[in-house]
Amino acid sequence: MILANLAALQVVIPLLAAPIGIALRPATLAWAWATLVAIAAFACSVGLFLQVQTGGPISYAIGGWEPPWGIEYKVDALSTFMLVLISGIGASVLLYARRSVEAEIDPPRIYLFYVAYLLCLSGLLGMVITGDAFNVFVFLEISSLSSYAMIAMGKSRRALAAAYHYLILGTVGATFYVIGVGMVYMLTGTLNMDDLARLMPQAAGYRTLEVALAFFTVGLALKLALFPMHKWLPDAYTYAPSVVTAFLASTSTKVGLYVMIRVFFTVFGAPYMTEGIPVADVLVVLALAAMFSGSAVAIWQGDLKRSLAYSSVAQIGYMVLGVALISVAGMTAGLLHLFNHALMKAALFLALGAVFLRIGSVHIQDMQGIARQMPITMACFVVGGLSLIGVPLTAGFISKWYLMLAAFQDGRWWLAVLIVLSSLLAVVYVWRVVEAAYLRPRPQGAPVATEAPLSLLLPMIGMAAANIWFGIDTSFSMTAAEAAARAALGAALGTGGVQ
Amino acid sequence: MISDLLPPGVLLILGGALLPFLRGPARSVALIVAPLLTLWAVWTVPDGVVMTAAFLDYTLEIVEGDKLSRLFALVFTIAAFGGGLFGLRQESTRELSAAYVYAGSSIGVCFAGDLVTLFVFWEVMAVASAIVVWGGGDARSYRAGMRYLYVHLLGGVLLMAGITAHIMETGAIDVTRALPSTTGTWLMLAGILVNAGAPPLWSWVADSYPASSWSGAVFLSAFTTKTSVYVLIRMYPGTEILLWIGLAMIFYGVIYALLENDMRRILVYSIVNQVGFMVTAVGIGTETALNGATAHAFAHILYKALLLMSAGAVLYQTGGVRKCTELGGLVRSMPFTTLGAVIGAVSICAFPLTSGFVTKSMITDAAGSEHMATVWFLLEVASAGAIVYVGLRFVWFVFFGTDSGLRPKDPPLSMKAAMGLMMVLCLAIGLWPQPLYALLPFPVDYKPYTDYHVLHQLQLLLFAGAAFFLTVPFTRPRETVTLDFDWFFRRFGMMLAREFSLHGGRAGNSLLAGGKGAVGRFVRLVERSHGAGGILARTWATSTAVLSVMVLLFLYLLVYYV
Repeated sequence: MILANLAALQVVIPLLAAPIGIALRPATLAWAWATLVAIAAFACSVGLFLQVQTGGPISYAIGGWEPPWGIEYKVDALSTFMLVLISGIGASVLLYARRSVEAEIDPPRIYLFYVAYLLCLSGLLGMVITGDAFNVFVFLEISSLSSYAMIAMGKSRRALAAAYHYLILGTVGATFYVIGVGMVYMLTGTLNMDDLARLMPQAAGYRTLEVALAFFTVGLALKLALFPMHKWLPDAYTYAPSVVTAFLASTSTKVGLYVMIRVFFTVFGAPYMTEGIPVADVLVVLALAAMFSGSAVAIWQGDLKRSLAYSSVAQIGYMVLGVALISVAGMTAGLLHLFNHALMKAALFLALGAVFLRIGSVHIQDMQGIARQMPITMACFVVGGLSLIGVPLTAGFISKWYLMLAAFQDGRWWLAVLIVLSSLLAVVYVWRVVEAAYLRPRPQGAPVATEAPLSLLLPMIGMAAANIWFGIDTSFSMTAAEAAARAALGAALGTGGVQ
Repeated sequence: MISDLLPPGVLLILGGALLPFLRGPARSVALIVAPLLTLWAVWTVPDGVVMTAAFLDYTLEIVEGDKLSRLFALVFTIAAFGGGLFGLRQESTRELSAAYVYAGSSIGVCFAGDLVTLFVFWEVMAVASAIVVWGGGDARSYRAGMRYLYVHLLGGVLLMAGITAHIMETGAIDVTRALPSTTGTWLMLAGILVNAGAPPLWSWVADSYPASSWSGAVFLSAFTTKTSVYVLIRMYPGTEILLWIGLAMIFYGVIYALLENDMRRILVYSIVNQVGFMVTAVGIGTETALNGATAHAFAHILYKALLLMSAGAVLYQTGGVRKCTELGGLVRSMPFTTLGAVIGAVSICAFPLTSGFVTKSMITDAAGSEHMATVWFLLEVASAGAIVYVGLRFVWFVFFGTDSGLRPKDPPLSMKAAMGLMMVLCLAIGLWPQPLYALLPFPVDYKPYTDYHVLHQLQLLLFAGAAFFLTVPFTRPRETVTLDFDWFFRRFGMMLAREFSLHGGRAGNSLLAGGKGAVGRFVRLVERSHGAGGILARTWATSTAVLSVMVLLFLYLLVYYV
């Protein structure tokens, strides 16, 4: 019974658990409840992953209404890959959250924070699991509204402005998406993604379809913070509570990319992306701009959360680049980087969260010499940073390696050179931190920091270890990403895919 | 065997990693024992693949031994031991620790049977050696180390791009012979040549090495460029372009060393020059030439270490006097160091009975027997040049020449022991070359001590020596450029250099200077737009952001429609 309904439980558990959380006022209790739920959601995803691995894609009709009339939950290799990632990060960040949230969020509002967190988690999971284009919009709004609320809980008064800014742009993005959905609905009369894909050839040739694609592209590019529509991201990441930054940076934009892949490849189909309309070429150009511009900004930022936020903009460029190559190799590399980047940014932001807990700032000036006082935290940061650069034996190396292979396979070796060149920029902005934290003495009169508490250290070490683990043993991430890439491209390209 | 469990290079890396936790005598013991253990491990690596690991879809051959790799690993280990012994009194554990990691990773490169392993060690080398450069401890060495790191990371980028392209093209990850014919092999070659100090990025050698501490330079001189020579021998033997790149390096080294005043910088330019010999030999590509390149790398590491040790000893004892103009006449108080410098210098001059003689002549001979008349002639000319600039210039102006009045004592025992070891090795190889020849990758039927060789070399030495002493009054290093005959000489040197620019020497540098300017302007431009407060780093007003979204939508529609 449970196993047959895992697909529904995946979303329903956190969605229903969130309102219950309102009744659990004490901070620790709220935290425990949220953590429990997140772990349950993680268990669901792992279960789904195993089911799909052995039994192939699952189609789950909500409420017994058969697709294409009812809402279909479509669980395939791509969606389980994302589910495991999101729920895994969601649970690890919660394990870390208790002390950090106590320090950074108004005590009376803490229980609300956990409610918002669970809502956001269920929204993200829902976007991934659903096979209905309109349902995506509903979950998108659930996750977005709750993330605006979470960002606004940041200590700095600027958090409110950042959340507002994100609210406006996020809403514009979501609206664009729904306009796109409306247009394709007008042409095909259906909202189910598979059904849309089936009917798409009949709609080909209508100008409306091209307009819909433009709305989809811009709307989703806003959600995934693709350059130059990334301006909401740095402020939101900088002023949000550390825990929120770690969670959103590792999941939210990734889901945006996931939806983009779904819309582009499942609904429109790969041929549509390459023939006639230069969507892929536009994406390659924007991805390259993101890689270089994002990294360049990151170099000059004093606030490290902000620096890493811009680095995220750059890293999103890598993922989009992989996807825009429109080949199994490229898609695999893009998805692999999506996974690995989630691990890196989780490790990095968790480390910064611990620093913030101890010295109340993550400005590079205030972190001089901190490595002597918080050696484990900074070691985790360095591991995450090395992974971000793409040093061999870290996860980051694996995804850059495959991204380069994909570029070469495509015959675009200059792209491969640009990929490594831009990773040199990562050397600069990571090195700055190493230099300040390790080579500079602690300034006179600076607050004496002690190592972060164990509850923060353990998830942080776990994430850092994951960066190394997935840099050496790639059997899970690689197989999953490749299966996911085939699932994403399979419908359009045949199971063989583009070689 | 130990190499089944642990690559020999990693043994030394672990030794380096252990150093920061040790104090006093324990540290000294570790400094001595780590290279000795490594030496034993290197010596016992058998032929063939010893250690493998699965990585992605490939089988990495982490340790693969043969004569060539063992020989290079051997001399790297000796250099690490000598450097460690010499640096026993170095207070900065960070420098020594990094130096052992650096040496260990270069040994790792020697035994790497596949390109991925090679790349990993290659990058560790780049970072560790940059830390050694920073051992200089002042702002100058910090900046030089940073520039050094960037050049090498750029080299790493090229290498990595080349490796991926190569794997994509061939599907193989073995380190084997690969002539530059495809994108991948060209990119790899470019990456490797960056480390060799080849044009156009060659100025990193003279920029960074002299900025290191008195002990750091000994390490730096040994590994980076020679690892690159090793990989070239393995992958690109007989590639014609290397011939000309090597010759360019040879002459670049000579000409710049002639115009230099910093004693260690003179020695460092000669590294470029000597590596040029090896690169040329790889370009010739016959068995004799490759043997010559290998043997010369072996000998060169030892005498260059000796020369830099004697310069380091001067630096250590005088408290940091670097310039030839401020030194002179030190033989009176530093006889042992002078002896070291003289033996190093006669070796680099390829004086009979020294290591340089029995190795360098193999290269010139290989050019001769291949009927490469131009190359042979240029090599001979450059050999004569080499004699003048280090053999005599460094030794004469620092230890003899005008008395500076400085009376530093010979360095402490550990430093003397390290120098003594290198002296013995330099002479032993010169006197009994057969054991070294037996270790070379190809069978050797080369006789260094024939009448022709000896007479020929002595003649060359004699004329070059005579030329040097006749021109001593004019070639004396000067702090400032004065308007006398010396000025003429310098001008002449400059003219020569400008002539030479046709082949890349100065052109490379002026291009680089131009490039630096352009890079500087570009960075400033990027900083203006991306730096704090730049248009791309500022928080945009919500309305601006929304407006930009509308503009983008419009652009998309336009692109999609057209």
